[in-house]
Amino acid sequence: MVKEKNRAEKAISYKKPENNSHNILKLNSMSQLSDVRMETKKLSVQYGDHYGVKDVSIPVYNKQVTALIGPSGCGKTTFLRALNRMHELNRNIKVSGEVLLDGENIYGDKVNPVIIRRKIGMVFQKPTPFPIMSIFDNVVAGLKLTGTRDKRYLNEVCEKALSQAALFNEVKDRLNTPGGKLSGGQQQRLSIARALAIEPEVILMDEPTSSLDPLSSMKIEELINELKEKYSIVIVTHNMQQASRVSDTTAFFYMGELIEYDSTNKIFTNPENRKTENYITGKFG
Amino acid sequence: MCSYKKTEKSLLQRKIHDKFMVALLMISTIVVMTPLIIIVGYVVYNGIGAINADFFTQELGSPTRAIQGRPTGLVHTMVGTAVVDLLALIISAPVGIGAGIMLSEYPDHKLNPFLRIMNDTLNGMPAILKGLLAFAVIVKPMGSFSGLAGGVALAFVMIPIIARSTESALMNIPWSIREAGLAIGLPRWRVVLSTVIPAARTGLVTGFLIAFARAAGEAAPLLFTSFGNNYLPNHWTGMIFGPVDTLPQRLYSLAISPYKEWHSMGWAAGIVLLSFVIILFVISRLLTKQKH
Amino acid sequence: MQKREFVNSIYKKSLSLIYNWLGDKIFLITIVSLGISIILLALGMAWVLLYEGHTSLKVHGVIGFLTSSEWDPAVKLRFGSLPFLFGTVVTSVGALVIAFFPAIAIAIFIAEYAPKWLGNIIENMVHLIAAIPSVVVGIWGIFVFVPWMREVVYQPVYTWALENNSSLLPILGNPIGYGMASATIILALMIIPFTTALTKDAIDQVPKEQREAAYALGATHWEVIRMAVTPYARGGIMAGSVLSFGRAIGETMAVAMLIGNKNNFPFTIFGPAATMPSVIINEFREAVENLHLSSLMAIGLVLFVISLIVNLFAAYITRKLSITGGQSI
Repeated sequence: MVKEKNRAEKAISYKKPENNSHNILKLNSMSQLSDVRMETKKLSVQYGDHYGVKDVSIPVYNKQVTALIGPSGCGKTTFLRALNRMHELNRNIKVSGEVLLDGENIYGDKVNPVIIRRKIGMVFQKPTPFPIMSIFDNVVAGLKLTGTRDKRYLNEVCEKALSQAALFNEVKDRLNTPGGKLSGGQQQRLSIARALAIEPEVILMDEPTSSLDPLSSMKIEELINELKEKYSIVIVTHNMQQASRVSDTTAFFYMGELIEYDSTNKIFTNPENRKTENYITGKFG
Repeated sequence: MCSYKKTEKSLLQRKIHDKFMVALLMISTIVVMTPLIIIVGYVVYNGIGAINADFFTQELGSPTRAIQGRPTGLVHTMVGTAVVDLLALIISAPVGIGAGIMLSEYPDHKLNPFLRIMNDTLNGMPAILKGLLAFAVIVKPMGSFSGLAGGVALAFVMIPIIARSTESALMNIPWSIREAGLAIGLPRWRVVLSTVIPAARTGLVTGFLIAFARAAGEAAPLLFTSFGNNYLPNHWTGMIFGPVDTLPQRLYSLAISPYKEWHSMGWAAGIVLLSFVIILFVISRLLTKQKH
Repeated sequence: MQKREFVNSIYKKSLSLIYNWLGDKIFLITIVSLGISIILLALGMAWVLLYEGHTSLKVHGVIGFLTSSEWDPAVKLRFGSLPFLFGTVVTSVGALVIAFFPAIAIAIFIAEYAPKWLGNIIENMVHLIAAIPSVVVGIWGIFVFVPWMREVVYQPVYTWALENNSSLLPILGNPIGYGMASATIILALMIIPFTTALTKDAIDQVPKEQREAAYALGATHWEVIRMAVTPYARGGIMAGSVLSFGRAIGETMAVAMLIGNKNNFPFTIFGPAATMPSVIINEFREAVENLHLSSLMAIGLVLFVISLIVNLFAAYITRKLSITGGQSI
């Protein structure tokens, strides 16, 4: 516990200053340049009569990390899953409003969810390697199972994705062993590699470290910091330290509604809304 | 003090009652299990003498052949059983798996509640009715008893079992696997065929074996579909389009025949049938065990 | 135009149709049509039996067919299903009555009392025995069980009745060995493993808390079973018994081999009788008259309806009594 706290503080002291000053600068200039990768407009998700998410409009900036925070059940995961049409497996869930990717509504009539999900990758709370596939097959599943047969190309992609996910060195000698044999943290990085292999443009992460030990979590966080050089990332987390460590902008959700959205620095140091402040300071949640 | 003693005494009574019930349960277990084990013993004891090389290489022929001591056997029965059972498997597997996928992978489908009821209904129907159905839809239009009709009848036995076991095997795979597949841009059919089904393969095979063991022992639906035959057909097509012999139906015919020689062949057929079922059973148990 | 560009820009190599919407469509259509084929199969079975049997039902009338005890395929060509209906009901009810308590006793023994290894062995044996093909049980019945019962039970009882109480003779019937009594006992033996397995499943689903609560009251093991286990599992046990009853109704080969197959209604206890499946097995292959075939199909229809009722009833019990039944007590 103490160790974890120390580590967290160290991480903050190590990263926060440069990160955040950089952020504000970037955020202001970026929004003016309108380098918005994704944007939601009045996005609502309904389970029957109940609103899981109501009228949320936020932008996702290019090559930045957007964190979604809030107490459990606040709708942050529901919101995240609406960003790549993951709710379509369940007919009882209705999504309304718009999600724009490069200005195009992904809920538009002619847009295919399969294509959307190739453009907007996702990493889940629990590591989800395909149980009986080898590490290699897991990584290239998105390509191999949609008709890419070129073995050399697949090898290349696999190595690249695993290196990006900081896993290659650990598994390069046993690419043919089942993905389920890896440790939890490795499995999660495998899941990230699998998402990277299809070269998405946005990566959604749903509490990617919540089922991992502190050391593995640390590795994932470092990874996120590296990945944002290339990708736009949206991450759901209920670990506020994590949000402040990894993100550039933060959205605070409460009871299905967006309470506040701003640069991470602003949210964590000088929130405008009382609810945000209460949550940040640990008064509820 | 007094009441304390009283409970003490009744506690003793209760303990005796408890022990008495245990004894009763044990006795009834033994009494019931014994004859069932005896059956297996008898089959082996009576049939082992009739099992020899001829049994596996000769045709049955007419009863005189057995009475005069000329070599007879059930080779045509075993070949026929293999053909009919294989046909049944080929016919039932796609239907059963398809319905199982529909039930587990498209849980919101409007037809599912109805499909589930119909599948259970079909599963609960006596096998003999499945024979009558196969008779009406295959034998009557084709104008002759056939191995195909027998295969179809057994497929009717297997389909609802496979559908049910496929459903539960697929349900055992966590939903997150499907989401992970979708999230890397796989279409739904790819997710099912390449990630869910391979992960559930042990459960699927176990279900197949159980369905197969059940169908392989059925005689009732075969008596008026594949009918039976004392000889091997002249040509392999006769196996599919002509009357074919199968083990359970042959065992029945041998057992109710008036010839002593045929009776012992019937017992021998029982050994073959029983060992086949036991092997399937053991494999399915081992698979289930390995999974946990 | 812009949209098209957007879709194509997604990935270096654009996905082929099969990995796009087309594959999912084809897959869904295939899966749903396979599912529908099962529905059609079940409905088709009812329709075929009705279609093939309606000639006979028309000639005799539905009520007439169900209530007439005359079955004459040779001379008068009159067909009534009452003897077989009666035979099926009596053998199945009898079998369930015989099998019920022993089956539950075994289930309780392996679930509650037996050490784990022994319980596992017995349970596996129960499942294995349930898988024994009924023709194998039938051949044992013909050559071992029937002769033994004839020598040890039927004939002594018959001789005793002959000497002491001859008014019983018409009820006892001819002790040739093949008959109602033999068929019922074998049927009982065959459904015991089935009932046991279902009862064991029901007992296994009793929550640990129920049991612990009863133990906490100072109950002995048997009292725990009485207080916590059986009330909670009774829905499953009842449903299991109904399903076993359904099994017994449809059980064909062993019964056909042992019941003697005579439709001399009213049946006697020891004497030969017939059930619905046994008459179909015995006469279908030899039936030449259309009306005879149609009557056998009509019997199949009656069997279908009874099985349907039994199965739906079992499903109803499972839903109604299983979990809430235990909690409301």
